[in-house]
Amino acid sequence: MRGVVDPASIPTDSVEILKPDGTLVPDHGYELDLKEEDLREIYRAMMLARRADQESTNLQRQGELGVYTPCLGQEGAQVGAGYALDAGDWVFPSYRELAIAMMRKIDPAEILHMFRGTWHGGLWDPREHGYMYLSVPIATQMLHAVGFAYAAKINGQKTVTLACCGDGATSEGDFHEACNFGGVWRTPTVFLVQNNQYAISVPITKQTAAPTIAAKALGYGFPGVRVDGNDVLACYAVTKEAVRRAREGEGPTLIEAVTFRMGPHSTADDPTRYRSKEEEASWRARDPIDRFTIYAEGEGALTEEFKAQVEEEAKEIARHIRAEIVGAGPGPVDELFENVYSEMPQILEQQYEQFKRIQREREG
Amino acid sequence: MASVTLAQSLNEALRASLRDDERVLVMGEDVGLNGGVFRITDKLQAEFGEERVVDTPLAESGIIGTAIGMAIYGLKPVCEMQFDGFTYPAFEQLVSHLAKFGSRSKGRFRPSVVVRIPYGGGIGAVEHHSESPEAYFAHTAGLRVVCPSTPSDAYSLLVESIQSPDPVIFFEPKRRYWIKEEVDLPVTTEPMGKAVVRREGNDVTLVSYGPMMRVALDAAEEAASDGIGVEVVDLRTISPLDVATVLTSVRKTGRAVIVHEANVSFGVGAELAARISEADFASLEAPVMRVGGWDMPYPPAKLEEEYLPDVDRVLDALDAVLNY
Repeated sequence: MRGVVDPASIPTDSVEILKPDGTLVPDHGYELDLKEEDLREIYRAMMLARRADQESTNLQRQGELGVYTPCLGQEGAQVGAGYALDAGDWVFPSYRELAIAMMRKIDPAEILHMFRGTWHGGLWDPREHGYMYLSVPIATQMLHAVGFAYAAKINGQKTVTLACCGDGATSEGDFHEACNFGGVWRTPTVFLVQNNQYAISVPITKQTAAPTIAAKALGYGFPGVRVDGNDVLACYAVTKEAVRRAREGEGPTLIEAVTFRMGPHSTADDPTRYRSKEEEASWRARDPIDRFTIYAEGEGALTEEFKAQVEEEAKEIARHIRAEIVGAGPGPVDELFENVYSEMPQILEQQYEQFKRIQREREG
Repeated sequence: MASVTLAQSLNEALRASLRDDERVLVMGEDVGLNGGVFRITDKLQAEFGEERVVDTPLAESGIIGTAIGMAIYGLKPVCEMQFDGFTYPAFEQLVSHLAKFGSRSKGRFRPSVVVRIPYGGGIGAVEHHSESPEAYFAHTAGLRVVCPSTPSDAYSLLVESIQSPDPVIFFEPKRRYWIKEEVDLPVTTEPMGKAVVRREGNDVTLVSYGPMMRVALDAAEEAASDGIGVEVVDLRTISPLDVATVLTSVRKTGRAVIVHEANVSFGVGAELAARISEADFASLEAPVMRVGGWDMPYPPAKLEEEYLPDVDRVLDALDAVLNY
């Protein structure tokens, strides 16, 4: 009918390149430009992230972290997207993108300080990594990614920003505002929604009545793509195209990576309260690393020697994380006083003096 | 000397900042072609282009959130919230991100964002257009809060706010937009964070800022006809507070009254009263009194004169501290 937009007309299928059994989907329509060394690098990034993630969960279980938000099961979506970026691009993460962070050469231990309570969003210099600090308030970082992209664009730079969030975040006003601003300004931004099916306990069906999250892109005037988030090749291919569009001035793309959080939302919740063992099992059979390993082995890219080398590197990262985090203390409390403003206001100076005096008296 | 309105001086401060620093960018609803609903950004888009004087979608969180992203990049966005009561959708970005960025980045990032807010009542506006939300932001560590009352201060403080590495919430008293002052721009007045004495007197100190400065000065004039010397202090900056200038005056007069439009409870007056008594209780001859809006939502325009502090309410408080 004239003037009617029909949700039933929205496709709900996903881009798939690699089937769960590790074979390629025939005629998938994407040109794969990955060489053997790329396949090795993708394998390595997923394996290292999984090991670092596991170690982080272990550290929480052992009382070394207050809480942790695992990315187990989402390595395909993250590594696929992360591998499509250039070194000069910028990522604006939420708090579950460990795999992308590690691809941006961030020491995972520096991320864990937030979960240990020894610092807030991160200790690295974002300018060196193109990776902003973790953002806990849901969807707020999406706007930062759009603003940064706008600034880069009007300064004539070819920088692309990757704005990351989960399915729950798409209900937030800031998600809408970020997509809308990005669409109007045609910013070089890729919106990556990892639809991992649950926002803590609330399933996607209670989060939105839209046929897909990708469909929301239509409301902002740019393309949306739904992709199998456990298919690292498909995630890479669609992100690469989104990055190309962004860099060539064609504006944003919304990518919905359909995946599953195999672990809890955070170590503080128990997924058996809100999802079935059958559901978990069906997703376990779609593991992103398993299927990619079969494929990459078939391509002759993964030798036993290489896999052993990655295994050793993963162990070393786990050891490093453990060594950095176990018993780690916070930085000096003085920093809290020093960095609130560019210059300490008089009232804070007085409070700082009072703090130091009481410290001295306590020690003396 | 030219006769300049407060609105014109803000416009000139933005023009000079855009001209002198290519990192500066002006953004908000209707700030481009329309020049802002109060014309504060008048003709800036024609001079500096659509990329630097940006008509944004109508979404306040979006304005502040994208400005933070621009500031991370290294720009210096100056955002306009169209009216005080429309700032609240941006509250999360202001409080959870803008205010905390310097601290959580250990000083690596100083998101230099200025948020201009036409604020306060007394112009007969409809609901949500007459609010005084300064205490929310003054309560938030990491933000600076500025409120000029004169055209020359408006110019100087806005230029300084834009240059400041720290985020600044810049309250523009909208009922004073059209007051005039004989001044040649550019002008540099006392720096941010410094209060000034607008009128000298020996009997009682009257502290105010922004929209209430006219009422404060009128009350002082009225009191003078009864032989009472009122010293009037203009705070100019709400955070950080210049307690020293206020204390110097209070040590002379022994009495203090604070007047602002915002609700009395938990307001700037409460903070200043506490600071005065903490710093020099012995100098006080009487309790510090506060005059402000009643503790109620801002009333309809036809009742706002009953709500807003006026000369009589200020004189009543001056009487109370003088007769304590």
